[in-house]
Amino acid sequence: MIISLVDMKRGERGVVREIQGGMGATQRIQSMGIRIGKKIKKEEAHFWRGPQTVLVDNFKVAIGFGMASKIMIEVER
Amino acid sequence: MGNPNVGKSAIFSRLTGAKVIISNYPGTTVEFAEGYTKINGSRPAIIDIPGTYSLKPTSKAEEVALRFLKDGDLIINVVDATNLERNLYLTLELLEKGIPVVVALNMWDDTKHKGIEIDVKKLEKILGVPVIPTCGLTGEGIKELVGHIPKARVKKHGILTDGDRWKYIGKIVEDVQKLHHRHHTFLERLEDLSIRPATGMPVAMLVMFCAFWVIRFVAENLITHAADPFFEKIWTPLAMKLSAFLGSENFLHDIIVGKLVGGAISYTESFGLFTTGLYVPFAMVLPYIISFYLVLGIMEDFGYLPRFAVLMDNFMHRLGLHGYAIIPLILGLGCNVPGALATRILEGRREKFIAATLMAVAVPCIAQIAMIVGLVGERGGIYVGMIFLTLFLVLVIKGLILNKVMKGKSPEILLEIPPYRIPQVSSVFKKLWMRVLSFLKEAVPYVLLGILFVNVLYVLGAINVLSKIFSPVIQKIWGLPKEAIAALIVGFLRKDVAIGMLGPLGLTTKQLVVGSTVLAIYFPCIATFAVLVRELGIRDMLKSAALMIGTAILVGGLLNLVLRF
Repeated sequence: MIISLVDMKRGERGVVREIQGGMGATQRIQSMGIRIGKKIKKEEAHFWRGPQTVLVDNFKVAIGFGMASKIMIEVER
Repeated sequence: MGNPNVGKSAIFSRLTGAKVIISNYPGTTVEFAEGYTKINGSRPAIIDIPGTYSLKPTSKAEEVALRFLKDGDLIINVVDATNLERNLYLTLELLEKGIPVVVALNMWDDTKHKGIEIDVKKLEKILGVPVIPTCGLTGEGIKELVGHIPKARVKKHGILTDGDRWKYIGKIVEDVQKLHHRHHTFLERLEDLSIRPATGMPVAMLVMFCAFWVIRFVAENLITHAADPFFEKIWTPLAMKLSAFLGSENFLHDIIVGKLVGGAISYTESFGLFTTGLYVPFAMVLPYIISFYLVLGIMEDFGYLPRFAVLMDNFMHRLGLHGYAIIPLILGLGCNVPGALATRILEGRREKFIAATLMAVAVPCIAQIAMIVGLVGERGGIYVGMIFLTLFLVLVIKGLILNKVMKGKSPEILLEIPPYRIPQVSSVFKKLWMRVLSFLKEAVPYVLLGILFVNVLYVLGAINVLSKIFSPVIQKIWGLPKEAIAALIVGFLRKDVAIGMLGPLGLTTKQLVVGSTVLAIYFPCIATFAVLVRELGIRDMLKSAALMIGTAILVGGLLNLVLRF
């Protein structure tokens, strides 16, 4: 099932399938290492549409809610 | 060159001996640093630039990197060995440009802790350039790195598309890297706690509370047990002798020793170069500089700041900023100049403007804070609290207004969170030493200059002229004596001296509170002003300045109206 990063549950793992952002945002997200095909784990979500923290490979990234909602993840549900 | 927070500055510091600030969060280096190293008898220049994830110009840091790329003869590509895949992207881009590269495979010691095994020889073969495991913090591998610099080769790789580049990297990593399982360390468990929203907030409050308490504790002890005794027992007798020698009540005496209060020297009121001019920077401000930068250095190296930024992100958005803008604000607490420089880590003109304005208007530097605690604290701690509360409210309200009024949106946070690292004592103290020296070199001359300048103005009667011009605002709106104009003038030069100038005016506590608050708000000190002009451009800076002056008039007037004591 493919859902947005913001809909993932805390601790859930998945694979990045699509980044629906504009050129600039997509490039920035990708160059930080969050790319299609990468395994990703959702660490935290902060309340009130706050930043999402994810774990990819060996590094953690905090992503703003709007940007995060455009990252589509395939999860096992 | 390399990703943010991989240890470029640490390696740069080892290669050149140049003094640069290193810490555990992305965005530490905002300007480039230049130094020289010795190799085989020659002295090539080395440049340390801000980190970047790729050469595509999507951010300021990347533009800076591209600019230096053109001039460089050789690139030392610092790679985080614990994040090989992501770091190699920049490496490939560099190789495709056909410039000689040497790869420093840094944070090599961390790979053991994380169970990562890398076949360095294989990686070297594939990339076609020297790859040296290094550890910037301990210095391991640096000699080897230097030895290989003359051997840097060009192996021009074909230019790949994005997708192909990542595929290639994927293959490389599979080839050279092996992962072993290992258990969650204590630090990692701490990491989870501090960023989880439920526990993160209390942790943040605890950290901030401890930070303030430690800063105050260390500073006040330095003052009570070192600075004050020195000035009372050793300096005062000397100064009194000088006073007798110069003969009281003449111009020279007033400039050097200042006005005697009740026949004795009062360091907060006499205002001589030899008395107040030395007491203010050394006994009032320096203890706070030391304690603040000690605590900040530990927090920086630990890696807590980015997590704090994430927790604050929501709140910051209402002020038109995103979470990471808290870094310039925190740095501004030490000195507004690095705070202003740090606005470079923010993307977008709107956000830079808001962050810079809010910092300059509502974040007092530790020198000011020390003076406020020293002078106003005498009347009671609650008054100090009032000043800081007012400044905090100014920050929030002004931020809310700017956010509403300024067109455009501030970008969202996209920030790498570094792992917690035990701060290295040597690094913390090196930074502390650098920052203390920098304060002494820059502040003391300005403080002495400020005092000299004010004394001269008084003698020339210029104070009287100026105070008549500005008295409507100063007296009617703010309720201060018109002599306070002197403090406002000096405030352009040094804010701590300016607050100190409120001392001899014999103000009521209420006036002291209003005066200190106004001084913190109305205009940045000249050093900050110069940096802001460079960072924001003259037009934005003038807008910012107008906002600050307006806020000062408004807030000062309100305080004057509302406070009753």
